Amino acid sequence: MSVREAELHLIEHGREVPHLGEQYETIEQQNDAYTIGMWAFIVQEVLFFGGLFAGYAVYRFKYLYEFVAAHHTLSVVFGALNTFVLLVSSYTMARAVRAAMRQQHKEQFKYLLWTIFFASIFMVNKYFEYSAKYHHQLIPNQSYSAEEVIHHNHLKVENGMVDLGARKVSLEEFTGRTKLFFSFYFIMTGLHGLHVLVGIIVLAILAVRAYSDYIRKIPHADYMPVEMVGLYWHFVDIVWIFLFPLLYLMGGQ
Amino acid sequence: MATHHHEEHTHAQPVSFYAKTLWVLMALLVVTVWAGFLKLPDWLGITVALTIAVTKATIVIMNFMHVRFSSKLAWLFAGAGFFWLIIMFAFAFADYASRHWEPVQGW
Amino acid sequence: MATITAQTGTERVNYLNVRTTVASWLLTLDHKRIGILYLLGITFFFFLGSLAAATIRLELATPKGDLLSSDTYNKMFTIHGVLMIFFFLIPSIPASFGNFVLPMMIGARDVAFPRLNLLSWYFFMIGGMLATIALLKGGIDTGWTFYTPYSSAFAKGEVSLAIVGVFLAGFSSIFTGINFLVTIHKMRAPGMTWFRLPLFVWAMYATSLIQVLGTPVVAITLLLVAVERSFGIGIFDPNRGGDPILFQHLFWFYSHPAVYIMILPAMGVISEVIATFSRRRVFGYHFVAFSSLAIAIIGFLVWGHHMFSTGQSIYASILFSFLTFLVAIPSAIKTFNWMATIWKGRVHWEAPLIYALGFLGLFVIGGLTGLHLGSLATDVHLTDTYFVVAHFHYVMVGGATMGYMAALHYWWPKMTGRMYPQSWAKLAALMVFVGFNLTFFPQFILGYMGMPRRYHSYPEEWWALNLLSSAGASILGLGYLLPAVYLVWSLKYGRIAEKNPWGARGLEWEAVDTLPHPHNFERTPIVTRPAYDYAHPEEPTAIFPAPRPAYVGGGGKDG
Repeated sequence: MSVREAELHLIEHGREVPHLGEQYETIEQQNDAYTIGMWAFIVQEVLFFGGLFAGYAVYRFKYLYEFVAAHHTLSVVFGALNTFVLLVSSYTMARAVRAAMRQQHKEQFKYLLWTIFFASIFMVNKYFEYSAKYHHQLIPNQSYSAEEVIHHNHLKVENGMVDLGARKVSLEEFTGRTKLFFSFYFIMTGLHGLHVLVGIIVLAILAVRAYSDYIRKIPHADYMPVEMVGLYWHFVDIVWIFLFPLLYLMGGQ
Repeated sequence: MATHHHEEHTHAQPVSFYAKTLWVLMALLVVTVWAGFLKLPDWLGITVALTIAVTKATIVIMNFMHVRFSSKLAWLFAGAGFFWLIIMFAFAFADYASRHWEPVQGW
Repeated sequence: MATITAQTGTERVNYLNVRTTVASWLLTLDHKRIGILYLLGITFFFFLGSLAAATIRLELATPKGDLLSSDTYNKMFTIHGVLMIFFFLIPSIPASFGNFVLPMMIGARDVAFPRLNLLSWYFFMIGGMLATIALLKGGIDTGWTFYTPYSSAFAKGEVSLAIVGVFLAGFSSIFTGINFLVTIHKMRAPGMTWFRLPLFVWAMYATSLIQVLGTPVVAITLLLVAVERSFGIGIFDPNRGGDPILFQHLFWFYSHPAVYIMILPAMGVISEVIATFSRRRVFGYHFVAFSSLAIAIIGFLVWGHHMFSTGQSIYASILFSFLTFLVAIPSAIKTFNWMATIWKGRVHWEAPLIYALGFLGLFVIGGLTGLHLGSLATDVHLTDTYFVVAHFHYVMVGGATMGYMAALHYWWPKMTGRMYPQSWAKLAALMVFVGFNLTFFPQFILGYMGMPRRYHSYPEEWWALNLLSSAGASILGLGYLLPAVYLVWSLKYGRIAEKNPWGARGLEWEAVDTLPHPHNFERTPIVTRPAYDYAHPEEPTAIFPAPRPAYVGGGGKDG
C-alpha cells in the first residue's frame, strides 16, 4: 500500500462494526489477529501435551512388553467409539462455525448443541472406562495391583517372576512398569478430558449467545469467537486422534 | 460517519465440503482400528499408526480448521508447533536410543 | 473522543491522569499501565529474591555453616532461584518495558489483546503470591530445578504450592508471548516494514517465540511432579520404574531456552541504547535482527548441556556440546556489531550507556565461560561448582539485569515525565559494575578450585575468596538500592522531562509525548524512514495524515 493509499484508507474507514476494538484499524486486521493469536495458543497446547507424549514414548521404548500387556486391559470398543464421537463433534462444530460466518444464528445454535451432545457422550464413555479401571484396581496410586493385567493377558507368574515370553521380570518391576503405563493413561486422557469439559462449558456459553443473536435477529454478529472455539475444539479432537492408537492399539503383539 | 459494511469475506464452504471430510476421517478411523490388530513388529506398527494419525490430523487442520484457506502466516504457526514437537522427541530419543551403542572407553 | 484535546487546567491528558481510581488501574486495558503494574510486581519479587541472596552471602562469608542450618540454607538458595528466575528475570524486560514501549515503537495504539494482557498480569501476581506464601509457610529446599525424585517423592515443604505459583507465572509468560507475536505481525503502522523495526522489536519477537514454544513443556513437567507428590502417581520415581533423567530432559527443554528469554530482551535494549547514545544506526542491522532469531531457534537444541554428567548418552552429549558452541556465534555477531556501532560514533556518556557498556563487558565474560561448560571434558570438572554459579550470574546479572537497569534509566523520562539526577545514576551504575565483579569473579576461581555449589559451609582455604565475594555483594546491593532512592525521588522532585530528552530516533521518542496519551498517538503514523536514521536528522521517522473524523461508540480503556 503506498503512503497516499494508506492516508486515504485511514481517513475513509471509521469504526466499521460495533465489535471492532479500539486498537484495530479494520475488522480484517482484528480477525486476522484473532486467528493467529488462537493458533499461537494452540501451538503452546501442542507443546503442553507434547511433553506427555514424549514421556510416554520414552517409557514405551524402555518397557515395551509391560506396556503392551497393560494396554490390553483397555477397551478398544470404547476407544474407537470415543474417536468416532469426537470426529462427529468436529463436523458439527465446523457446521456451527459455518453457520456463524453466514449469520445463520438458528443453525449455529443447533450445531453448537449437537457438538455439546457428542462431547457429553465422550465424557460419559470416559466415566464408564474409568469406573472399570477403578473396579480392577488399576488406578495408579497406592492401591494399584497388576493382578488384572496378569489375568487379562493370561501371564504365568512363577517364583515372583512374570513370564513375558521374550523375557521374565520380577513381579515388583512388572507392577511398577505397568503402573507407569496407567499413570500416563490417566494423566493423558484425564488432561484431555479436562480440555473437553472446558470446551463443553465454553460451547454452552456460545450457544446461549447464538440463541440470543437469533432471537434479536442480529445482522452482523461477530463470528470470530465461534471460529476460535472451533479451532480449540478441533485441536482437542486431534489430541485424541493421536491418543487413541498410541494407548489403545499397540499392535497385536 | 458512514459505516460501509462491505460484506466480510469468510471461509465458509458448502456443506458437502465438511460432509466429505467427515466421511474420509471415518474411513481412516476404520483403517486405524484394522491396522491396530495386524501383527506387525513394533517399529512398523508405530509408523503405520502415526502415519494414519498424522494424515487424519492434517485433514482436520486443513479442512475443519480452514488452514487450507488461511494466510501463509497461519500455515507457519500451525507448522511451527508440530515441528517443535519433533525437535523435543528427536533430541530426547537421541539420548535414550544411543545409550546402548558401542561404549566409549572409560565412560 | 473529546478527551483527546481536553485540557484539565494546564495538564494535558495522559495515561496516568486520565482516570485515577484504583479500579481504573486494576481493570486497566492500557498496555502502559499494565507495564507499570508489572514493574511494581517485578521490583517486589526482585527485592525478596535479593534478601535471600543477602542471607546466602552472609552465611558464606565464613567457612563454617554457622548462620543457617543446611536445611535452611537449601531453602534460601531455592527461593532465591525460584523468585529471581520465574518472577524477576523472565518477565522483567518483556512484561514491563516491552509492554510499555513495544506498541509505540511499531506505531500502534495498544497490543493485539489488551484483556489477555491484563489477565497475564493477574496470573503473574497470583503466581508470585503463591510462591511467596510457600516461602512463608516454611519454604522449599529442592533447588529451583525441582530435580526428581527428591522433589516428587521425598521433599517436605510446600513444593506443590510453589509449583502452582510457577505454573501460573508460566502461563503469564505464554500469554505475553502470544500477545507480542500477534502485535508485531498485525499491528505495525503503515510503512513500518519488518526491516524498519527497531531491533528491540526483533528481540521481543524472538523472545516471544521461545515463551510460546518452550514454557508449556516445563508447565506440564512441573504439573507431573505435583501430581506425583499429591496422588502418588509415579512418573519420575525410580522405585516405581520411573526415570529421573526424563524429568531433566523435559525440564531443561524449557529451562535452557528460558535463559534466552532472559537475555534477548536485554540485548534488544542494548541495541536501542547504543544507537541512541552513539547517535548512529546499529552497524549490521540485518545481522543483529537475524541473530536474535538464530539464538531463539538454536537455543532449543542445546538443553542436554545441563546433563553431561547425569548418565546421558555420550553421543547425545557430543551433539549437544557441538550445538552449544554453535549458539554462541549469533551472540558474538551481535557483540561485534554493537562495538562497531559505538566506534567513531558521537558518544554521549549518560547513565543508560554506562549500563550498556557494563553489559558488553560482563556478557562477553559470561558467554565465553559458557563455552568452558559446554565443552565435555572441562564440564566434568566444573559442573556443580561455583564456576557454573559465576557463569550464569555473569550472563543473568551482568547481562540481563544490566540490560534491565539500562532500560529503566532509558525509558524512565518517557514513562514518568521526570528526569533523575545523572550523576547519582552514573555512580550507581559504576557501583553495580564494581560490586558485581567483586562478588562473582572470585567464584570463577573458587569453582575452578573445586568448591561445590549449594553447600552452606566450605573448607578454610577458600575463606578469603568467599569473603571478598560477600563484600562485593554488599556493594552490589547498595548499587541496586541507590536507583530505588533517586528514581522515587525524581517522581516528585526530578526535572520535568521534555518529549525527547536523549535526542533519540524512534516513534516512542519522536511521536509520543512524554507521559504518553492513553492512545499513544492522536493519529496513526505512516512510517517513512528506517530505524536509527541519525544520518538524516531533518527527516522525521513518521508522518501524520489529516485527522480522522471522530468515531462513534468508542468507550474509554480504563476502569
